[in-house]
Amino acid sequence: MEEIIVIGKSNPGVYPVLDVWGWEISVYLFLGGAAAGTLFFAAIGYLLGKEDALPMSVKNAIHFVPPALLVGLFLLFLDLHHKLNVWRLYTSFSLESPMSWGAWTLLVITPLSILWWLSYHYSMVPRWKRSERWLRKISNWSVRNRKILAWMILLTSVVLGVYTGILLSAFNARPLWNSSILGVLFFVSGLSVSAALIQWLSASKFETALFRKFDLGLIGLEIFLIIHLFMGLLSGSAVQIQAAGLFLGGPFTLSFWLMVFTLGLIVPAIAEVLEMFGTRVNKLVVPLLIIFGGLMLRIIIVNAGQVSSF
Amino acid sequence: MRYAMAIDTKKCIGCADCVLACNMENQIPEGFTRSWVVEMAKGEYPDTMLEFRSERCNHCENAPCVRCCPTGASFTTEGGIVLVDESKCIGCAACVESCPYDARFMHPDGYADKCTFCYHLVSEGQNPACVDVCPTKCIYFGDLDDADSEISKIVETRKSKVLLPEAGTNPHIFYLT
Amino acid sequence: MFQASRRDFIKIASLGAGGLLAGPQLWADSDPLYERYGIKKIPTYCEVCFWKCAGWVHFDKSGKPYKIVGNKADPLCNGRFCPRGTAGLGMYTDPDRLKVPLIRTVRDGKQTYKEATWPQAIDYIASKMRKIIDEHGAESLALFNHGAGGKHFGRLFKALGSGNIAAPSYAQCRGPREVAFHSTFGAGVNSPENTDIKNAKCLVLIGSHLGENMHNAQVQEMSTLIDKKACIIAVDPRLSTVASKSNFWLPIKPATDMALLLAWIHVLIHENIYDKPYVERHTFGFEDLKSHVREMTPEWAASITGLKADQIRETAWEMAKASPAVIVHPGRHVTWYGDDTQRIRAVAILNALLGSWGRKGGFYFPAKAKIPSYPHPGYPKPKWTWKDTLNGRYTMTGSAVTNAIIDASHPDNTTDKKIKGWFVVGTNLIHTIPDQKRTIEALNNQELVVVVDTMPMEITGYADVVLPECTYLERFDDLRNSQFREATIAVRMPVAKPKYLSKPASWMVRKLSKKFGLQNHFDYYDYGEILDWQLRQVGSSLEKVRKKGLINYPRSEKAMYMDEASPMGFHTATGKIELYSFAMEDEGYDPMPVYTPHPEPPDGYYRLNYGRAPMHTFSRTANNAHLNQLMSTNNIWVSPSVAKKWNLKDGTEVWLKNQDGKVSSFPAEIRLTERMGNDSVYMVHGFGHSEKRLTKSYGKGICDTELMTKVMIDPIMGGTGMRGNFVTFQLTPPNTIET
Ligand SMILES: Nc1nc2c(c(=O)[nH]1)N[C@H]1C(S)=C(S)[C@@H](COP(=O)(O)OP(=O)(O)OC[C@H]3O[C@@H](n4cnc5c(=O)[nH]c(N)nc54)[C@H](O)[C@@H]3O)O[C@H]1N2
Ligand SMILES: Nc1nc2c(c(=O)[nH]1)N[C@H]1C(S)=C(S)[C@@H](COP(=O)(O)OP(=O)(O)OC[C@H]3O[C@@H](n4cnc5c(=O)[nH]c(N)nc54)[C@H](O)[C@@H]3O)O[C@H]1N2
Ligand code: SF4
Ligand code: SF4
Ligand code: SF4
Ligand code: SF4
Ligand code: SF4
Ligand SMILES: [Mo]
Repeated sequence: MEEIIVIGKSNPGVYPVLDVWGWEISVYLFLGGAAAGTLFFAAIGYLLGKEDALPMSVKNAIHFVPPALLVGLFLLFLDLHHKLNVWRLYTSFSLESPMSWGAWTLLVITPLSILWWLSYHYSMVPRWKRSERWLRKISNWSVRNRKILAWMILLTSVVLGVYTGILLSAFNARPLWNSSILGVLFFVSGLSVSAALIQWLSASKFETALFRKFDLGLIGLEIFLIIHLFMGLLSGSAVQIQAAGLFLGGPFTLSFWLMVFTLGLIVPAIAEVLEMFGTRVNKLVVPLLIIFGGLMLRIIIVNAGQVSSF
Repeated sequence: MRYAMAIDTKKCIGCADCVLACNMENQIPEGFTRSWVVEMAKGEYPDTMLEFRSERCNHCENAPCVRCCPTGASFTTEGGIVLVDESKCIGCAACVESCPYDARFMHPDGYADKCTFCYHLVSEGQNPACVDVCPTKCIYFGDLDDADSEISKIVETRKSKVLLPEAGTNPHIFYLT
Repeated sequence: MFQASRRDFIKIASLGAGGLLAGPQLWADSDPLYERYGIKKIPTYCEVCFWKCAGWVHFDKSGKPYKIVGNKADPLCNGRFCPRGTAGLGMYTDPDRLKVPLIRTVRDGKQTYKEATWPQAIDYIASKMRKIIDEHGAESLALFNHGAGGKHFGRLFKALGSGNIAAPSYAQCRGPREVAFHSTFGAGVNSPENTDIKNAKCLVLIGSHLGENMHNAQVQEMSTLIDKKACIIAVDPRLSTVASKSNFWLPIKPATDMALLLAWIHVLIHENIYDKPYVERHTFGFEDLKSHVREMTPEWAASITGLKADQIRETAWEMAKASPAVIVHPGRHVTWYGDDTQRIRAVAILNALLGSWGRKGGFYFPAKAKIPSYPHPGYPKPKWTWKDTLNGRYTMTGSAVTNAIIDASHPDNTTDKKIKGWFVVGTNLIHTIPDQKRTIEALNNQELVVVVDTMPMEITGYADVVLPECTYLERFDDLRNSQFREATIAVRMPVAKPKYLSKPASWMVRKLSKKFGLQNHFDYYDYGEILDWQLRQVGSSLEKVRKKGLINYPRSEKAMYMDEASPMGFHTATGKIELYSFAMEDEGYDPMPVYTPHPEPPDGYYRLNYGRAPMHTFSRTANNAHLNQLMSTNNIWVSPSVAKKWNLKDGTEVWLKNQDGKVSSFPAEIRLTERMGNDSVYMVHGFGHSEKRLTKSYGKGICDTELMTKVMIDPIMGGTGMRGNFVTFQLTPPNTIET
């Protein structure tokens, strides 16, 4: 028999269980992913000249983006143990720190998203504000420079989307997270959430149908990535095999395979296929399940990752 | 200059005096610790093997906690000691997540905390508190770059291991076996 | 006033919390030197156990004491405190401390305590004492003590004319070994033991779990042996920490050590590997011994101890190889099976055969400083003492026997010498003396019970008056004058004002003495004055010692060991080392040790084994925040195969039930471990507190003492053998099974 006893280690949040990162980080990653997906679709739709064909993706979904980003930033702030020092994030840039990348990316992408919104929805600015000259100038500028904006948004949205996964995968110390697939997986999941939102909210049949197809493809991709994630872990070191075990018989098995995999991916995919062949499914089913699945994916991966260790 | 520790598992009795001395010297708040002790028993009675190890931050050469810190609050100072500058720390806990040894924790005052190799003592030419208290004198501390130092000699002559070499951190606490 | 024949154990969770007596402090506190001199560290010696390491208390910038570290000049600790000492400040900061004097009273038909002022408490005690003294004489008062506070009360008792002063460190601890070594070498081992461990080439530990037993210099020196690759032989049924570091671990069947010791003696003699010149020159009775052990071969011992004969022989040869730099350690807590004096006699004889007594690497001759005691008017001679109640028992005891005083206090004492009043100072008798029922019966038979403690320990629940002593960090105490390789004098000074209304024992006895016209015995305002006077007699002063904490008296190595050139006298009947003991024979005991089998656990029961954890001292530290954080409870060590039999998992909560049906008050978790064999279970002594006022430790773990209803008394000196109890597992709380 082998017996290991740890004497004297008692650090709330770290030992015996690591859980310094709570729901705030998971929701932050989710919101960041969804925002990145939405921005990505907006930029690409615009650049492909589908502004009118895809009104929801290019013009209207942007309503959600700045609030999502701001709430995300706020959650990140909430999670800081030393809030008074938060400005320190912006007095340095650390090339190797995903946290730093994330902070700077958000600093760039949030104003970009606001500019995009202004360029389409200036009329929604309250009347008394609209009279401010600088605001009007900015709005005019953004309308004129949509193309530059779109390119910048395209680039930063990919960075943001991938970052939400890289933030975790950069931690070598947490074997579950330590997989380059996580960045792509989280980006794809963000795109899928966004696609679900668009097909739900869009009034255009064409757009709805198109994004249903997209979403199906994205779900397929996600399933493929998840399988690869586990195959990667299972063919990795002992600690990675152990980490995979958390989902294959371990404490996260039920929650992951039921909530993320079945309810968050398989069921909405079936619903989408049914819709494609004309069966009417309640409009809310797909987006709600996808959003639920996307959120659970992050919550579970964040928690399980902290449990997995060397 | 490269500070390092060597801990003789042949002598360590797992008494946790090092833990207490650290808590006192560094005024660690109740309920937290920078160091701890691992007891490992293997085999079958009466052929049982027992090992005690006093553990703490390994002051890694390749320190993920330093790399992942967004503000530069975590840094490596002269002699390879990994420290946290409280005034720069935003308390994001990324470094806590990044440490394969779970050597860090969030201090109730909001910053990341961990073993400092007692930098405040070492920089004055004294030994860390845990080194000076250990009743079996099983913790050696000193400059690995100085070939004549006690630690260089003991690491040179004795068999030793580091914790989780597979994590690639290049730790600077050596366990003499 | 409280009048009852039965003392209910008072459990009140929140006594003294809000209702602290305010009002003027009646007497000034001793003035903390820190404030007087604005200094950064103050010397003290540790009171968390009785090794008494000298150290320094350091203050932070705000003047708060924040750490204690050893004094580098102290050979007892070499600048390194053990974990318990390092956490000593926790004794001072413990919020559960006793805060005000308490007097037992009856309220609403229930016994409880009321808070009292010091004058009230002192008056109350004095009037009760007066009554006992008038009716029965001061001889009817008894003092149980352990530690520095007891010294002060000891002086009061002597001045009153009572000779009943006992500490558990004798009959519950090292008594048998002192008698055994005295009857063999004419000298005891005493404390700190005169074992020259650092110079030994071979160290044999029988039980003695150094490394868990943290007696400081011994642990430090044991560790140097590991560096030097000296031979360590550990005899222990459990893989103790030191057993895991030893060259030879002999996992002996419990209770059979005598057979092993006799077999070792056999090998040394019959294989001719003993120290012949030494034995010829210094010992008496060799031929008797030789024939006595003729049949006690390793093969014979192997069949009893479960060890291998070869291993017994091989280890005997290892000892001989190292001779005379070899120590068969006499142990410390040796009250195991009732034949303990004889077992340690065998240890002493082994050492004699190996020529280690008085030799480098064996047992050195210790030195002690000569400090004059403060002049006092002299003590009256008691008309009788506890010794006169023995009726021919324990004839060889060299110190007072706690349990004999309990006997004299018990209703079944048929002599006319009865004990009527107890002072208990610094010993938690409930956790300390086996057979709790008898202790409580004796307590209930008293007209007065005064408990002086720092914490609301179990014993305080039986007191009529509880006096809160301040901790060792808040007071002066006697100079430490320990024996060691060299003499040292260490000083303890207050580092802070006594918290709450607590007071030093030296102050309490001075106040009490006035009530009996004995104030001449306590001619000081502050005990520091006495220390200063004493230090001046040895050419120093309190002020001088404050700066160093210690006076060292360096000594040449020559004086530590036997002078091989000149003749050597031993304080025994024959003037020699007695392998054959006349003293024992005269008193009717075996002149040479004999193996007798001890009872075995019945089917389904396991021997209750217990010991120390490095980070706790007995029952006194369980509530210390720093130590509690490291270990907050004990667990029950069992081997995997025993666990399997009972379907116990690591972490299963169990209650233990002993051979007499006594069930532990609290449960503890199972620790599955290959460090245990199949015939016993093991736990750390000192947990399972039943006093609710100990908020951190109440109900945590199992109290081993509770389960010691069977006591194997050593007929020679009254030691209470505690390892003859057997336990089994119970998965439900006691009250659901019993009735
Ligand atoms: N940390 C710490 N250190 C202490 C103390 C403390 O409270 N805490 N107390 C101090 C005091 S006052 C004392 S007296 C000492 C006590 O410490 P020791 O004198 O070392 O006590 P022992 O009872 O000899 O040691 C207990 C060991 O005996 C083993 N044992 C049990 N039964 C048998 C048996 O039948 N045969 C053999 N050979 N071994 C057996 C147990 O497995 C255990 O390992 O410790 C001192 N040091
Ligand atoms: N079951 C069992 N019984 C044992 C042992 C065992 O291992 N198991 N070991 C035996 C041995 S070896 C020994 S030496 C004895 C030890 O027996 P004790 O010395 O009685 O041990 P403790 O349980 O620590 O009780 C000490 C008491 O002193 C109090 N105290 C601490 N500091 C001070 C102070 O400064 N002033 C005052 N007034 N009080 C203070 C504590 O609060 C506590 O109530 O126990 C013996 N009894
Ligand atoms: S103080 Fe020394 S012996 Fe004790 S646990 Fe720490 S390193 Fe080991
Ligand atoms: S042990 Fe952990 S905290 Fe210390 S340097 Fe290495 S990674 Fe950083
Ligand atoms: S918690 Fe502080 S030290 Fe750690 S990574 Fe964040 S800013 Fe750096
Ligand atoms: S070196 Fe200092 S900070 Fe690090 S564990 Fe030792 S005492 Fe604590
Ligand atoms: S051995 Fe430890 S507890 Fe005992 S006196 Fe020394 S430092 Fe204090
Ligand atoms: Mo003892």
